[in-house]
Amino acid sequence: MKTALSALEKPSAAPAPEKSDARNLVDAVFRARELSIGGALVLLILGTWLTNHSFLDSQGVKDLLLNSSILVLLAVGQSVVVATRNIDLSVGSVVGLTAFTCGDFVSGTSHGPLTVMLLGIAIGALCGLVSGALVSIGKVPALVVTLGMLYVVQGIDYALADGGQINAVNLPDPVLSLGSGSILGIPYLPLISVAVLAATAYFLRTYRSGRELYAIGSSPEAARLAGIPIRRRVLVAYVFSGAIAGLAGALWLARFGTVVANAASGWELTVVSAVVVGGVAITGGVGSVWGAALGALLLTTISGALIVLKVDPFWEQAITGALLILAITADRLVQVRTTNALRKRSRR
Amino acid sequence: MNDSDAGPAPVLALKDVSKSFGAVRALQDVSLQLFPGEAHALAGENGAGKSTLIKTLAGVHRPDTGQVLLDDSPVTFHGPADARDAGIAVIYQEPTLFPDLSIAENIFMGRQPRRALGRIDRKAVHAATAELMARLGVALDPQRPARGLSIADQQIVEIAKALSFDARVLIMDEPTAALTGSETARLFSVVETLRAEGAAVLFISHRLEEIFQLCQRVTTLRDGRWISSDPIGDLTEDDLVRRMVGRDLGELYPKQQTEIGEAALSVRRLTREGVFRDVSFDVRRGEIVALAGLVGAGRSEVVQAVFGVDRADAGEVHVDGKRLTVGSPTAAMDAGVALVPEDRRQRGLVMEMSIERNIALTGLDQVRRGGLVRRSLEQGRAADWSVKLQLKYNKLSDSVGVLSGGNQQKVVLAKWLATEPSVLIVDEPTRGIDVGTKAEVHRLLSSLAAEGLAVLMVSSDLPEVLGMADRVLVMHEGRLVAELPRTEATEESVMAAATGRNGKERAA
Ligand SMILES: Nc1ncnc2c1ncn2[C@@H]1O[C@H](COP(=O)(O)OP(=O)(O)OP(=O)(O)O)[C@@H](O)[C@H]1O
Ligand SMILES: [Mg+2]
Repeated sequence: MKTALSALEKPSAAPAPEKSDARNLVDAVFRARELSIGGALVLLILGTWLTNHSFLDSQGVKDLLLNSSILVLLAVGQSVVVATRNIDLSVGSVVGLTAFTCGDFVSGTSHGPLTVMLLGIAIGALCGLVSGALVSIGKVPALVVTLGMLYVVQGIDYALADGGQINAVNLPDPVLSLGSGSILGIPYLPLISVAVLAATAYFLRTYRSGRELYAIGSSPEAARLAGIPIRRRVLVAYVFSGAIAGLAGALWLARFGTVVANAASGWELTVVSAVVVGGVAITGGVGSVWGAALGALLLTTISGALIVLKVDPFWEQAITGALLILAITADRLVQVRTTNALRKRSRR
Repeated sequence: MNDSDAGPAPVLALKDVSKSFGAVRALQDVSLQLFPGEAHALAGENGAGKSTLIKTLAGVHRPDTGQVLLDDSPVTFHGPADARDAGIAVIYQEPTLFPDLSIAENIFMGRQPRRALGRIDRKAVHAATAELMARLGVALDPQRPARGLSIADQQIVEIAKALSFDARVLIMDEPTAALTGSETARLFSVVETLRAEGAAVLFISHRLEEIFQLCQRVTTLRDGRWISSDPIGDLTEDDLVRRMVGRDLGELYPKQQTEIGEAALSVRRLTREGVFRDVSFDVRRGEIVALAGLVGAGRSEVVQAVFGVDRADAGEVHVDGKRLTVGSPTAAMDAGVALVPEDRRQRGLVMEMSIERNIALTGLDQVRRGGLVRRSLEQGRAADWSVKLQLKYNKLSDSVGVLSGGNQQKVVLAKWLATEPSVLIVDEPTRGIDVGTKAEVHRLLSSLAAEGLAVLMVSSDLPEVLGMADRVLVMHEGRLVAELPRTEATEESVMAAATGRNGKERAA
């Protein structure tokens, strides 16, 4: 007598394999993002080249590659943190600190590029460890922790520099040639960035711990119930982001040779913008490092184009800011739209 | 199957476990034994402590005192991963999925099959997911994201997750609340197979017939205390209810005679491409109209379009003779319409906000004086409604997120009832609500109707439909196929229309 209405339902026919348009829709959204950035990039490059052909001569291309490789690297590190619904605002300061300390360490010695990179990675990882521990174990909001780290690291940097600077003439030649040399006409720096990028992308896609980073960002509560070691994963994400920033600092030294204490200050916002413009949602769980790298490439190209077109550099910041807002708004809208579309496509 | 007392040792047990949250004593000296090959039901009212007990077994909560025993030896689970590694699979009351990840990833997160060098074997993950879906008899694409899944499908994913590894103990917290009949039947047959293979099962449901159908033993909790554990054969439904509620329940479907006035809500030729078409009906003052039909017939979609949450492609909605702007919930609310949605957790509540805030959210005008929200008014209103709905809580200022599942449902009901609407639309008003309160909700709906409210109720619970409605509208595949007055509405007539066996009955 207590039959639920649904209990009498006619037996559902053998489940027809659902047309996977839901999946296609989501793929399409992602592709649309990467395609539109790619498209914007091509248009920008073409437009600038038409106005000034020197933009794409061999020196121009080389500059573009060199300038973007450090930002791409930082964007890769940042994406890993942002995927877990956190943020690392200290990367700019970490680059400055490692560039300076590495320079100080090798000035007047005959150390090679490997030592510089390893030292940079070690210093950066240490900074990441501190932020990561405070965020994951101390449960302090990431924004607060890394903003604090930004100033702490900067303070240490200034104290160490004490008004001085690193001069290219004191650096060992092998270190400098890391910044200027190339294989088959391709400079080392972009090669390193692409290698790190590809390795990170592969890791995030194919390893359990990589997927777990996205899971944490997508729903921390579900991650906890799924038994994911959230604290450890977040800690590692920060150490990784710090290490990458340290590597970027070492490359900065190799590229510019002359380094003052406030190198790369203010870069954190450019990096976050690149990542978000590239489709890594600031709310975590979504996006790829490839997208973030594209975002970084776009921002670098914009600033390069503005120089070539002799536009006031003030505009660069305004454009970056506008792109950031546009990207976050787009993310939000796309999310609402796809949710509705997916809901509609659900059978019930 | 009553011989297990003397038979095998319990796989998993609780011994004198207590757990408090601040001043709330959710569990007090509760003991429970789960035997291999036995399905054990856990019964109790909303807030009795069932979910807390489950979370203690799952390693989510650690008991304040008492022990968890695994194979007769005390264990401490430091987290859900420990319990899982001990072979305990849990389906939680509220689906907790990763919206951005695919269904397959949701199911296998942290446990994906791997290839050489620790790489995830994506193919194996998808194949295993497809197999699980086939076993449960549903057609969900393993690679689509979890975002946008209906609650029923979310629940299916949770079930698949629990079945995806060889569990010795399967724990299910109201897994059937949102499922269709055939899905429930599938779930039960899968559970039966597992049980036959020697797994221990712990099952929670507010639908007593399911408990009697699936389980061999039932433990009752009341206010966090253990009341009894009995073999199911020794009990009748009434015995079980008495143990849960601690008293005899009054009349189950208290329908009052009401005076039916003129139409308060008129829906004309409402259509939404591919979902429902040409839906027209009236709901008059003092009347309770039930919208019946199979899950998926388009009932929830119709009421959402009426309220304006979803757009309709064509058609009109009139409230008290005035035409509503389509697609505007604000306009609907201003006209005195309230909708208690089906998916309460996502659409109905702000989990971090207090109970009183949540109840006040819809009626800010009534608790506002000169632009400021008056806390005393807010509290008064919340206190009123929580008494009427027998809400079980510690302080009204506690966040809604810590309430038991059924009590969260009551807050959503309170929130909308507090707007003092003239047209009330409720989607599955008593899903997840215990037997005692269910009767209370029915009494409330009935007395509201007696005061002249027009009530439109979507329900999959046939006794509820037959017991409460003055008129039953039946939908089949997106169309209104029958309109049955109370006297003609029977289980057979409603089902016949709902399954499309006689589509011509519709009174013009
Ligand atoms: N995290 C928490 N913080 C504070 N109180 C809590 C928390 N979790 C549960 N409670 C309280 O413990 C009591 C028991 O809740 P529980 O969720 O176990 O009930 P339940 O039997 O599952 O009810 P339902 O049938 O409604 O799901 C309730 O009063 C609830 O408010
Ligand atoms: Mg519960």
